[in-house]
Amino acid sequence: MASERTGADILIEALTDLGVEVVFGYPGGAVLPIYDALFKQKRIRHILVRQEGGAAHAAEGYARSTGKPGVVLVTSGPGATNAVTGITDALMDSIPIVVITGQVPTSLIGTDAFQECDTIGITRHCTKHNYLVKDPAELGAIVHEAFHIATSGRPGPVLIDLPKDVQVASASYRKPGNPARHSYRPQVKADPGLIEAAVEMLAAAERPILYTGGGVINSGPGASQILRELARITGAPVTSTLMGLGAFPASSPQWIGMLGMHGTYEANMAMHGADLIVALGSRFDDRVTGRLDAFSPGSKKIHVDIDRSSHNKNVRVDLPIVGDVGRAMEDMVKLWKARQHQPQNLKPWWTRIDEWRDRKSLSYPESVKEIMPQHAIRRLWEATHARKPIITTEVGQHQMWAAQHFDFEAPNKWLTSGGLGTMGYGLPAAIGAQVGNPNALVIDIAGEASILMNIQEMSTATQYRLPVKVFILNNEYMGMVRQWQDLTYGGRYSESYSEALPDFVKLAEAYGWTGLRIEDPADLDAGIAAMLDAPGPVMVDCRVAKLANCFPMIPSGAAHTEMILQANEVSGEMDDEAKALV
Amino acid sequence: MHIKPEQKERHTLSVTVDNEAGVLARIAGMFTARGYNIESLTVADITEDEKISRITIVTSGTPSVIEQVVSQLDRLVPVHKVVDLTELGPHVERELALVKVAGIGDHRIEALRLAEVYRARVIDATISSFVFEVTGGSDKIDKFIELMREVGLIEVARTGVVAIARGKEAV
Repeated sequence: MASERTGADILIEALTDLGVEVVFGYPGGAVLPIYDALFKQKRIRHILVRQEGGAAHAAEGYARSTGKPGVVLVTSGPGATNAVTGITDALMDSIPIVVITGQVPTSLIGTDAFQECDTIGITRHCTKHNYLVKDPAELGAIVHEAFHIATSGRPGPVLIDLPKDVQVASASYRKPGNPARHSYRPQVKADPGLIEAAVEMLAAAERPILYTGGGVINSGPGASQILRELARITGAPVTSTLMGLGAFPASSPQWIGMLGMHGTYEANMAMHGADLIVALGSRFDDRVTGRLDAFSPGSKKIHVDIDRSSHNKNVRVDLPIVGDVGRAMEDMVKLWKARQHQPQNLKPWWTRIDEWRDRKSLSYPESVKEIMPQHAIRRLWEATHARKPIITTEVGQHQMWAAQHFDFEAPNKWLTSGGLGTMGYGLPAAIGAQVGNPNALVIDIAGEASILMNIQEMSTATQYRLPVKVFILNNEYMGMVRQWQDLTYGGRYSESYSEALPDFVKLAEAYGWTGLRIEDPADLDAGIAAMLDAPGPVMVDCRVAKLANCFPMIPSGAAHTEMILQANEVSGEMDDEAKALV
Repeated sequence: MHIKPEQKERHTLSVTVDNEAGVLARIAGMFTARGYNIESLTVADITEDEKISRITIVTSGTPSVIEQVVSQLDRLVPVHKVVDLTELGPHVERELALVKVAGIGDHRIEALRLAEVYRARVIDATISSFVFEVTGGSDKIDKFIELMREVGLIEVARTGVVAIARGKEAV
């Protein structure tokens, strides 16, 4: 029998056994015993954020950039509820994080005690799983199981609610052997019969396309490598969702850009015209498919996903395959080679794709008077890509421009809130990424509205001397809201102007950062260079063209073929059916 | 603009789960969160050690919604197995109802006579009331209750559906 120790010590011990090096958190009454246990040890580093929402996003940024689970530690009540947005964000984007929340003592649960909330009830549907621990003897096994669930299958957030008396009470702890529980056994290896069918379909396809998503990145760096091999042997064009950028190198001639609402013309037209779509770790999200009844009508569809519920959820597919996408691609590549398959003659297909490419859908009007936001991102890419930076974003136009104009060559370099679309994600995510990758260049491409949503985290970067760079494309509007108001509501800019903005340069200085402002297109490159040269954290207020909109765009509820390529194709008002779409 | 109605099917699902705190909330909440229907839900533990519960859910929706319901249930961590009994084939469904009827004279005699036809048992009786226990498919119970309405029905308690596949195989 191992000697007894407190619940708080068991937690620290279990986290250490699981290889946790860093925890993002904020103390409070209901987690004081855990903070005391943290104080007495040196193995786990604690990063003190400025609001619990920042902790959750920082853990996401850490997880996405390192491939390791992120850990959050917050108190009961408001500590837990503040973390809910980040937890939901992690659920939507399948990011493995483990959130430990303090809770009032078990004897007070249900009495509306001070800083009590029903954390388990509130987070039941925004976590992959959650636990209320009532006995310190169960805590060790629960922590191990929580990490297993967060990181295996389709990854996601797992929450452990820990009442204060359980943190103080004693029990023994022994590192458990196999944490797998009987009811939870994700299928990793795909059915060989289905793999065979997929390979035969690929070999027979005349107009194939690989449609990849965040699952390829979740599957690990090996999956991105095998994707390259699969693309090479099949000769198929590759497109990706927002979440999957970086899994396939943008420099490859087979790369046809991101697809979906703000994807390239060639990617969307190729999806529409394909005779075979191979969906790899992607989920046919509404931002990707556009109008469902017009989505890729002539194609057979193969869908590889570790989450069975992703199959046939939005789009009916011909061959659903359950399994880890990396393993499945490996099996497909092996079988393709074993059967010595050669792709069909894809020349006519590529000729059509090249014609679509020639439309140059990502082009934008150039200006010498004002900085075009797309140009700013391109110049940022030119100046930094050799250093393989980690890019985070907030949410809105700048996010889509970054996805369109910043090229990625490797996975785990692009951190963005895709599913939930959380403004305020980028700065704390950059902090988490910098903590996990101390020597990397980490840049948050931000908008002036989004950045204010978690601006307090500047202080976190200052405290830990994290040299994150925040590059704000400041157009003084909630740009994407204003864009939709342009497109759908006759240009009535209801509440979308960023009134009373702070002076971002002075704000940066107030936090001990370097603050820079770029206003003239002629100063853009020098400004970017100054940002990169400055040691420590830097905030750049890059003043860009105020009314630029993000194109190309498939309006909500439209088909891939109904893409708007340029601003002058935009009508001012839409009908109710269109207004009801998100 | 108007919301369009859809063609729906009724399916009976058997779900085995770990018998742990919150599992029912997890399942019921999944239905509300995703906009699915629960027409009936019953739950009880079914193993000697009380570690496994069997939940029978009657749901309705379009075929693709039913398929989603099954896979969404299946991905919940404490769920062991989900079987769509309607999809699987022949199965039996039973429900139990307690039906209280109050009255005197002819109504009382008619209630007893109908109860006999429906093989309902009298499990409580006073000078002016009966409580009947009736089991059967939901249709039979619906009909019995409808008839009792005519003869003094004042209260109904129903268990909801439990179901099991026919034949020697266990699901």
